[in-house]
Amino acid sequence: MTLYLLKRLAVLVASTAVAGVVVFAFMALLPGDPAEIALGVNATPEAVAALREQFGTDRPPVVQFLDWFGGLAQGDFGTSYVTSAPIGPQISDRLGVTAVLVLGGMAVAVAIAVPLGTFAAVHHRNPLGAAISAVSQIGIAIPAFLAGILLVFVFAVKAQALPSGGYVPIADSPGEWLRSLLLPWLSLGLVQGAVLTRYVRSAVLDVMREDYLRTARAKGRGSTGALWRHGLRNASIPVVTVLGLQLATLLIGAVVVERVFVIPGLGDLLLNGVAGRDLLLVQGVVMVLVAAVLLINFVVDVAYHLLDPRLR
Amino acid sequence: MRRIGIWIATGGLLLATAACGGGSSSGGGGDAGAPKSQTLSVGFVAEPANLDFTSTEGAAIPQALLVNVYEGLVKLDQDGKIVPLLAEKWEVSPDRKTYTFTLHDNVKFSSGAPFTADDVVFSLDRVKADWKLKIKSQLDVVDKVEKKDDTTAVVTLKKPSNGFLYSMATRLGAMFSRTGVSDLANKPVGTGPYTLASWRRGDSIQLAANPSYWGTKPALSSITLKYFKDATAMNNALLTGGIDVISSVQAPESLQQFADPNRFQTVEGTTNGEVVLSMNNGRPPFNDKKARQAVRYAIDHKALLETAWAGRGQLIGSMVPPTDPWYEDRTGDYPYDPAKAKELLGGKTLNVKMRIPNLPYAVASAQVVKSQLAQVGINADIEPLEFPARWLDQVFTKGDYDLSIINHVEPRDMGIFADKSYYFRYDNPEFGKLLASADSGTEQEQTEDLKTAAKLLSDDAAADWLFLFPNLIVAKKGVTGLPKNAISESFDFTALAKQQ
Repeated sequence: MTLYLLKRLAVLVASTAVAGVVVFAFMALLPGDPAEIALGVNATPEAVAALREQFGTDRPPVVQFLDWFGGLAQGDFGTSYVTSAPIGPQISDRLGVTAVLVLGGMAVAVAIAVPLGTFAAVHHRNPLGAAISAVSQIGIAIPAFLAGILLVFVFAVKAQALPSGGYVPIADSPGEWLRSLLLPWLSLGLVQGAVLTRYVRSAVLDVMREDYLRTARAKGRGSTGALWRHGLRNASIPVVTVLGLQLATLLIGAVVVERVFVIPGLGDLLLNGVAGRDLLLVQGVVMVLVAAVLLINFVVDVAYHLLDPRLR
Repeated sequence: MRRIGIWIATGGLLLATAACGGGSSSGGGGDAGAPKSQTLSVGFVAEPANLDFTSTEGAAIPQALLVNVYEGLVKLDQDGKIVPLLAEKWEVSPDRKTYTFTLHDNVKFSSGAPFTADDVVFSLDRVKADWKLKIKSQLDVVDKVEKKDDTTAVVTLKKPSNGFLYSMATRLGAMFSRTGVSDLANKPVGTGPYTLASWRRGDSIQLAANPSYWGTKPALSSITLKYFKDATAMNNALLTGGIDVISSVQAPESLQQFADPNRFQTVEGTTNGEVVLSMNNGRPPFNDKKARQAVRYAIDHKALLETAWAGRGQLIGSMVPPTDPWYEDRTGDYPYDPAKAKELLGGKTLNVKMRIPNLPYAVASAQVVKSQLAQVGINADIEPLEFPARWLDQVFTKGDYDLSIINHVEPRDMGIFADKSYYFRYDNPEFGKLLASADSGTEQEQTEDLKTAAKLLSDDAAADWLFLFPNLIVAKKGVTGLPKNAISESFDFTALAKQQ
């Protein structure tokens, strides 16, 4: 187990480093000069040149990369071209908001998928089970932002029950914080929940056909009891895999949902950064997202080992 | 049928969740019984990058701070006239090179420091020494600034300039405290009716009434400026009571949602924004005046405004908005006349590149322009470019375009046509001479010269002016004191109030 952990950790570090090179290379390919954009339609060539020097974008790309990546390794994300403020604190402020959004969305998804999926599997032969399956199929087809727009229209604009957007920090008012996050959580969670429902359903169906479950029933347990006692752990293995993959999808979904709901998270920071060609900021945010996805994969792999004794 | 299924499913789920949350959220909504403090929240599109407009470009900073937090000696009123602010009055010497400003004597900065002629000297000297923006060159005409006594400041110019006093009404004339410039990016210190209370980056700025304000105290105790990158999100916020005012409606078709007069009011005014159909004067085919004139004749401006912008806005015909003193209606110079356009083209067909920014007004207008030009034999290939980055690079900096459409929002910006390296590549020395003589002449000469200059631009067909961008504000019923015209750099909150 320890050896496996070490190996996996080495892969994690190596992938992050490679990701750094790729992210930097893509940013360098992005058309548009940060200095030109910062100065806008009033710029003179001299002012643009001076600003390039100030930003350090007049140096060779390799030097810029080493400078940036060296700083990153020490936890220094550099200084934003646009706000002239350090990037690290900006990212960590926003990361908290996005994390709450993604984890809440995940929780909604799990809360929907596990009971519905199990129910659909157990009752796969009757109409209700089939109906759940059909509805989840539709849910998969709806992107999170569309779900967000529909939810806003129904619950904010028409029913006037919840705010249409905005974010209230939990320290200001826990109640308003919850109200401001309900619709974003639902938009992320409903869609992912639909996807997850199908995985839960098929995982439970597979488990139900296993010999050991029949044996458990033969020994006198009810079918529900047998499923609880022997089935869920085994069914959870494929579900955890999907959950890990979905967390990554949710992060990307959050970027868009933040725009719909005017939530100051990482996605909002990222889109602003791209528009203003605040390259260091964009690189920083993308690196954090990449690192998060790699970390999630790492945790999923480790979780397999804990769930499935055969792998140990 | 399936769709209904989803509605029911999501509805049921939300009710369940809302019921769970209901108990804990009462703290937020339960203060209805408390006395009503007068606050308003206003939705904006662009958030400032930081709060220092002396070193950072961007219209969002003066929009939030000028007149509201920082004040100048003079300001622009709603009709575009220069009126007193921190200066009670001013006198101009007969040679028009010396301006003597008499200051109000009871003015304090929000830090408590008194405002005197020393601060005028400090602020204007600072423009030359410390400002980092290109626009600071507008004050190059200032020779020296002196204090005569605590309430009298004297500005001497190198040569007479009408532009000087106008510049003093912009951010360049903002008055800073000698002890208040250490952290401009985060802590503005001004003499205005509001002070900065808090800033939640990515979300909102809160301004609080300045209790020691020298002038008429504002009716509101605080104002929240909320920033939305998404127009739909801003509209929804007004519909659901998240904000009280939309400072500028992004697309006129969204006005229908606010048609109910019992809930909302719409205010339509003018701006300094000329939506210009720019033509590249520096390369074929539009280096040929006849081709440019053909474009002007080929466009039915009235139909374009109706189709592209729901008829909101005004037709102008040259580079002058109606709030400038030298405005003349130049829409008659090139009346819609496709036959004449064809004649000017001599039966030729032109194939041109129309590279536009991916902004709503440009995309909407480009479609109409394309179809109207097609009727006279000009085939325009529309290419939307990401704004600002790619448009600035391709069109503005490299000048690689034939036609483009952009809203030139800067005030009194006819002068951009005098710079032949500007992306219009328009080169007519006569025009530059008129501008120079306008700046140094008397006010009357200035008006005459600029009228002639605007006519020259129009006659030369240096570009085509599609329409003047409208200022569209939507607010809840009962909000008063909204600035109808957006013709200065600031969104003036000073008269804003709310009827109970």
